[in-house]
Amino acid sequence: MKKLLLITAAISVLGAPLVSQASPEDDLKVFRGYFMERFPNVPLEEFANGVYAIDPASREQWEAIEEFPPYEIAVDEGEELFNTPFKNGKTYASCFRNGGIGVKSDYPYYDTEKGQVETLESAINACRTKNGEKPLKWKQGDIASLAAYMAYTTRGQTIDIKIPHDQRAVDAYEDGKRSYYARRGQLNMSCAHCHVDNSGNKIRADLLSPALGHLSHFPVYRSKWGNLGTTHRRFAGCNKQVRALPFKAQSPQYSNLEYFLTYMSNGIPWNGPGARK
Amino acid sequence: MQKTAKNPRVTVGALVIMLGSFAIAPGVASAAEMSAVEEGKKIAFHRKKGNCLACHKIAGGSLAGNIGPALVNMKARFADKAKLRAKIYDATASSPNTIMPPFGKHKILTKSELDKVVEFIYTL
Ligand code: HEC
Ligand code: HEC
Repeated sequence: MKKLLLITAAISVLGAPLVSQASPEDDLKVFRGYFMERFPNVPLEEFANGVYAIDPASREQWEAIEEFPPYEIAVDEGEELFNTPFKNGKTYASCFRNGGIGVKSDYPYYDTEKGQVETLESAINACRTKNGEKPLKWKQGDIASLAAYMAYTTRGQTIDIKIPHDQRAVDAYEDGKRSYYARRGQLNMSCAHCHVDNSGNKIRADLLSPALGHLSHFPVYRSKWGNLGTTHRRFAGCNKQVRALPFKAQSPQYSNLEYFLTYMSNGIPWNGPGARK
Repeated sequence: MQKTAKNPRVTVGALVIMLGSFAIAPGVASAAEMSAVEEGKKIAFHRKKGNCLACHKIAGGSLAGNIGPALVNMKARFADKAKLRAKIYDATASSPNTIMPPFGKHKILTKSELDKVVEFIYTL
């Protein structure tokens, strides 16, 4: 009861229109419409390119980078890891639909048996533990390479995340949505403050990318990191920027946030892995 | 006082500016107020403190963001200095959905840092 009260209080304080109880379908319409209106010259599929969809100046540099993509080695590494048998002789292919090729589009989804959102990374580690291997670290390294390879084979498919008519799935979605609009940290900002309200504006010298299409291209190679990182590594970075304690990678908070945010990109192509500043 | 002794050149510079401002508007700024303005500027521009440039264009600062309005004509915008202080202390009190951090309320700046920032912003 106490928890419920807290949530109600948070919602009434925020008072943002998107935080009301609308169906995911309705949310998606409003969300997409907002960005299409804010960036009228950007076609829907272009939002897969983050800040480069709206900034011609940095786009040129980025296109030059994409000629010799910095994530290429990781994709090759990922392919090799993917095809290397576990000690029991099986490979990752045994755990996934279609032998794991082109299946990043299945994630995230609500796993009714586990009662939680399954992400590509959690599925990779579930596959490992099922086959007697130790789980990988969540944010970078082998898991990012494997995810990069799996994202690569999924390129060109369209994001089409489903929220089934299961109350627990809807609750996970709603939790992710609440998270997206909730103020956090000493600096008191929500994800939406930067990537919805101020998308296209500059925070100091950084242009803020639109939330639409945000999760099309993960894992991502960031020059700032010097290697690839997963979606939850990025989430943690954005939380730290506002001096909030980040959640753990693959915590229900981040998985639900990923569920909401990927659903909001339905209709946009999968184009991972990506390269960003 | 010790600080002044350590850095005589700055003191002389500040004195010259002070004398200048006395000449134009006698009695507008005391020595203490002048140094509060200077310190306030440093705090406002410092990335780990005010970092106001992340969002506001401010005279004298570079690489400013454009999330908030340029900070100009502050005396005209805020006839009452207390209102300016209140804005910086907690911008959400007057604009509930604002992205601007509540510098005082969330103790991002100490009371004395905030006071100095107000002094600086009020000169803009
Ligand atoms: C203080 C502003 C700020 C807040 C708050 C913020 N971000 Fe970010 N975020 C940035 C900046 C700056 C970047 C890098 C430039 C860009 O792509 O927008 C970024 C990048 C990202 C990216 C990568 C985009 C890409 O194309 O690779 C994602 C995803 C993201 N943020 C999600 C979030 C989420 C989720 C939250 C809340 C948990 C959040 N952000 C909160 C400033 C912010
Ligand atoms: C993350 C963005 C952000 C940061 C950082 C920020 N502000 Fe703001 N500020 C805004 C926005 C947006 C507004 C306009 C909406 C409002 O009134 O809150 C604003 C409004 C103001 C106003 C009122 C301007 C007017 O003419 O009405 C003042 C004064 C101000 N900010 C001062 C500061 C100072 C001083 C700092 C640093 C100590 C600072 N701001 C840091 C975003 C920011």
